[in-house]
Amino acid sequence: MIGLIARRVLGALPNLLGIIAITFLLTRALPGDPAAFYAGPAGTQEAVEEVREKLGLNRSLPEQFWIYVKDLGSGNLGQSLSTGQAVIQELRMRLPASLELVFLALALAISIAIPLGVMAARHPNSWIDHLCRLVTTAGVSLPTFFTGLLLTYVFYFLLGWAPSPIGRLDPFLTPPSAITGIYTIDSLLHGDIVLFRACAAQLCLPVLTLTVFVLAPLARMTRGSMMAVLSADFVRTARASGLASPTILVRYALRNALLPVVTTVGMVFSFLLGMSVIVEKVFAWPGVGSFALDALVASDYAPVQGFVLTMALLYTLLNLGIDILYVVIDPRVQLTK
Amino acid sequence: MAVTTFWGQARATARENPFTLVAAAMFAGFLLIAIIGPWIVPFEPLASNAAQALTPPNAQHWFGTDSLGRDIYSRVVVATRVDLSIALSAVAFSFVVGGFLGAIAGFWGGRIEQTVMRLCDMVMSFPLFVLAMGIVAALGNSVFNIILATAIVNLPFYVRVARTEVNVRREAGFVEAARLSGNSDWRILLHHLIPNALPPMMVQVSLNMGWAILNAAGLSFIGLGVSPPQAEWGILVAEGASYIISGEWWVALFPGAVLMLAVFTFNFLGDGLRDLTDPRRRT
Amino acid sequence: MFQTRRRSLLKAAGVGPIAAGLLSASASREALAQDKKDTLLVANEFGANMLDIQGVGANRPSYGVAWNAYDRLLTYGRKKGPDGNPMYDFAKLEPELATSWKMDADGMGVTFTLRKDAKFHDGSPVTAEDVRWSFERALAMGGFPTFQMKAGSLEDPAQFKVIDAHTFYVKFIRTDKLSMPDLAVPVASIYNSVLAKKHATEKDPWAAEWLKNNEAGGGAYKVASWKPGQEIVYERFDEWKSGPLPKIKRIIQRDVPSSGNRRALLQRGDIDMTYSLPPKDFADFASEKSKIKVASLPIENALFYVGMNTSKPPFNNVKVRQAVAYALPYQALFDSAFYQRGIKLFGGSNDVKAPTWPQAHGYKTDLAKAKLLMAESGVGPIETVLSFDLGSATVCEPASILIQEALAQIGITLTLNKVPGASWRAALLKKDMPLMLNRFGGWLNYPEYFFFWCYHGQNAVFNTMSYQNPKLDKLITNARFAESKVLYEGMVKDMIRVVNEEVPRIPLVQPMMDVAMQTNISGYTYWFHLEPDYRQIVKS
Repeated sequence: MIGLIARRVLGALPNLLGIIAITFLLTRALPGDPAAFYAGPAGTQEAVEEVREKLGLNRSLPEQFWIYVKDLGSGNLGQSLSTGQAVIQELRMRLPASLELVFLALALAISIAIPLGVMAARHPNSWIDHLCRLVTTAGVSLPTFFTGLLLTYVFYFLLGWAPSPIGRLDPFLTPPSAITGIYTIDSLLHGDIVLFRACAAQLCLPVLTLTVFVLAPLARMTRGSMMAVLSADFVRTARASGLASPTILVRYALRNALLPVVTTVGMVFSFLLGMSVIVEKVFAWPGVGSFALDALVASDYAPVQGFVLTMALLYTLLNLGIDILYVVIDPRVQLTK
Repeated sequence: MAVTTFWGQARATARENPFTLVAAAMFAGFLLIAIIGPWIVPFEPLASNAAQALTPPNAQHWFGTDSLGRDIYSRVVVATRVDLSIALSAVAFSFVVGGFLGAIAGFWGGRIEQTVMRLCDMVMSFPLFVLAMGIVAALGNSVFNIILATAIVNLPFYVRVARTEVNVRREAGFVEAARLSGNSDWRILLHHLIPNALPPMMVQVSLNMGWAILNAAGLSFIGLGVSPPQAEWGILVAEGASYIISGEWWVALFPGAVLMLAVFTFNFLGDGLRDLTDPRRRT
Repeated sequence: MFQTRRRSLLKAAGVGPIAAGLLSASASREALAQDKKDTLLVANEFGANMLDIQGVGANRPSYGVAWNAYDRLLTYGRKKGPDGNPMYDFAKLEPELATSWKMDADGMGVTFTLRKDAKFHDGSPVTAEDVRWSFERALAMGGFPTFQMKAGSLEDPAQFKVIDAHTFYVKFIRTDKLSMPDLAVPVASIYNSVLAKKHATEKDPWAAEWLKNNEAGGGAYKVASWKPGQEIVYERFDEWKSGPLPKIKRIIQRDVPSSGNRRALLQRGDIDMTYSLPPKDFADFASEKSKIKVASLPIENALFYVGMNTSKPPFNNVKVRQAVAYALPYQALFDSAFYQRGIKLFGGSNDVKAPTWPQAHGYKTDLAKAKLLMAESGVGPIETVLSFDLGSATVCEPASILIQEALAQIGITLTLNKVPGASWRAALLKKDMPLMLNRFGGWLNYPEYFFFWCYHGQNAVFNTMSYQNPKLDKLITNARFAESKVLYEGMVKDMIRVVNEEVPRIPLVQPMMDVAMQTNISGYTYWFHLEPDYRQIVKS
């Protein structure tokens, strides 16, 4: 088993190089002239040329790529032109914020979609099934920013139930001192319940917006896979042997049905990472997505590079995790390989 | 009673899942509007009328007017063509190119397969929206670039499916028979293997079309969508979003509802196609 | 037995923090309420990208940091603006760090006496050496700060002399009436040179890296914390001596990119103030009997315009430019793009009566005249590109759509080109955009200052039209250094007449500076740099 896992990890390495290359090419293709930006609004053409020389932008592309890879190796992701901050610092500060959103949304989506899918599978083509399908599809049919703004309008502006969409935390409260960087966990670790509640409250709307968008694929996959398993021979045998329905459902059917769902979780995670960019913009959430978006609009290539790389890495790691999970939980994988 | 004909199966599916029939009808409707749209609209979609800015829905302007006094109903109808063409072109591109690449990879295997699959893996390592964002930002926002970005982002899936399907059937009996009767490799690929790989790909087509439209809307929101004054559902919703709080709800609601309906249609159509083409995985 | 003890111990350990949490809940709720009364909560679209206005690429909100956290030698006085709200008085210079000043007899120099009790935020005293270092820094950093100093003929570090710890001398290299006002602008901020030099390196002698993220000033507010892209928190510097102590103790300025959310926050009372909203929202708040107060003032010496590249066809032909000037849908632009927030700069007269700027030119929408001029010009149908800054998209996008429609009627087909922020500056520098929508405002409220930057043949970056006219250049230079008031006014009027006739750029609207706030906020003062001056604000 260790060998299998190791092989999987090694298999991901060439991918990494490819990702780095694609990221580099993409961000170098961005329009806009960092040199002119650096030279300032009243700079002359000569000043701009000077700065371009200094930034190394007039070297050949392969040369620039090599410098980029070298810098990556030493952990230097470059500097943001607009803020002058080291990109890796910004990413380190902002990543917990994005992860908090994405993982919470994933957890919430799984906890809603799987029971929903199971229910639909038990009563196929009934009104429950159709309702479940309608509701989840509705969530995935609206652009995320629209869902976010609608939720804000209804729950904050009209009803006043949700807290103000002013970011991660009420401006009058101080964030907990960082242990993980994730406010909710840190405030719990410090034993500050009030702070925990405030942080959790700010999370409600953005997490809901993200969750609504990914319910459909999870529910659909659960339903499909559950239905396939429920019609399998071994379930028929279990029923014939007189086992109680919940036992069959949970202990036998669900465990088998979850395998393809785990794959879907990978795809869903990709959606969440992508959509988090938009949600962060709508809710003023200081995550890596909003950071990259500002940089993109400013043609500030270093943060965009860092962001794309981070996202790709995260996604690759998650897929690796899922692959390894498969190796662990599905005995057939070990046997066939 | 076993249903053996295609239409028999279709009817059975429709009975099981009434949404599929409705979705098919709506898809036809959208297609119709996309084709005849510009001729049936009451107002010129690009014509501004500052005096009539931001009027709520009334008898003259069914969906109201936007900040420049343009008729929203006309703009939504005309946008149908833009959005459907984005969805159809992008998906057609990834379907054809991806399917082809995947089939080649699955058929000849070896180095070709390895290279193609590696490239696929690399593209799939990026979250879809992030990659689309990057491509459009790099190439500039035009309808073509949005289509290109969406197509590239969706390619890997079709490559994988095609490759799997062709790989599995490579050694099958009927392929052997075709080879023995003197068919060239290319003929076998094009006439026998690829058609068999189509069904599982078809299902994803419908879902991808819905996603292509949402993708374009997301890009519009962050400023990377189509250029003004062109009408496209996503950009109409993005523009209208800033008027929700100030009370001009119609600017965002109508384009948003139509967009939602379209994506709904594609999603249900996809479900129906899945039921139709793969009885084992009927969901 | 061991088991139960461990279990109860764990239970006790669990209860402890929860109980403490609950107890602290009521205490912190009280503290929160008091906090809210003493704090001003502001939300804006984006914040400063660095804490150093002299830094390369500093954006507009960073001017606000300089204004509130740093002192200058002088500041401007205040007067009542046309809407009853206070505004700065560009004609009155008042002491800030300098308690008094004495001009030389020949007017070619000035001696400043500095406050003896002024301190920087770290407690060290402010001396004349700090002033000299700061000014030399402004000249050495290049780019914007250097240009700004030059605008007041402050060009050579040798002009600045330290007489003693509290006496500072500035030598003028020519008579320039802008020299003194230029010492009160945000760029001329006074840095804590001792602190800054501790963080200077051989490669970075002006501590540019450190000062980007750290504030080293002596102004009325300290930067208590700054999270780029999120928020900046100011705390009052209680030992500030350069003016009356501000009333507000703490300001939290948060970045909220969504304009809809900013409006919602304001209307629900969750923020005190915002000054970046689309013009429509300001119009809504200003008109109805809403619970939101709006302070509005036309931005001085500023205008939104359509610029045409006069160095290349087709816009090198004056008749084409005049045709465009007659074709623009001015009223529609004013209503639909600006929501009437501004002063119309069209429909006046090309015959200049007063030496004021900006003023309305005589062009108005007259398609017949436009078509006639196009025919006279001899240039056939034109296909070209209209560019604008994505950063001003709220106004520029609807405006450009209207312009596109209008110009199509006189045979000019436009494609619209949205240019993102950083690329906009580069594009302006390249000077190859045939047609553009842009906005420019000068800090120092003199017409010749505006013309010097925007129309003079020296082709500064703000002369976006690459306009060359030696006659106009002479008028501008003469106006800058005119000896008598009569001569000055005559030259200004002539200058304006020339650009009205030639229209290298077509002024559209003088934009409004709008700020929306809760009704319990008062004291908001309009400043030329358009950033909030928290020293005057009062929250009741």
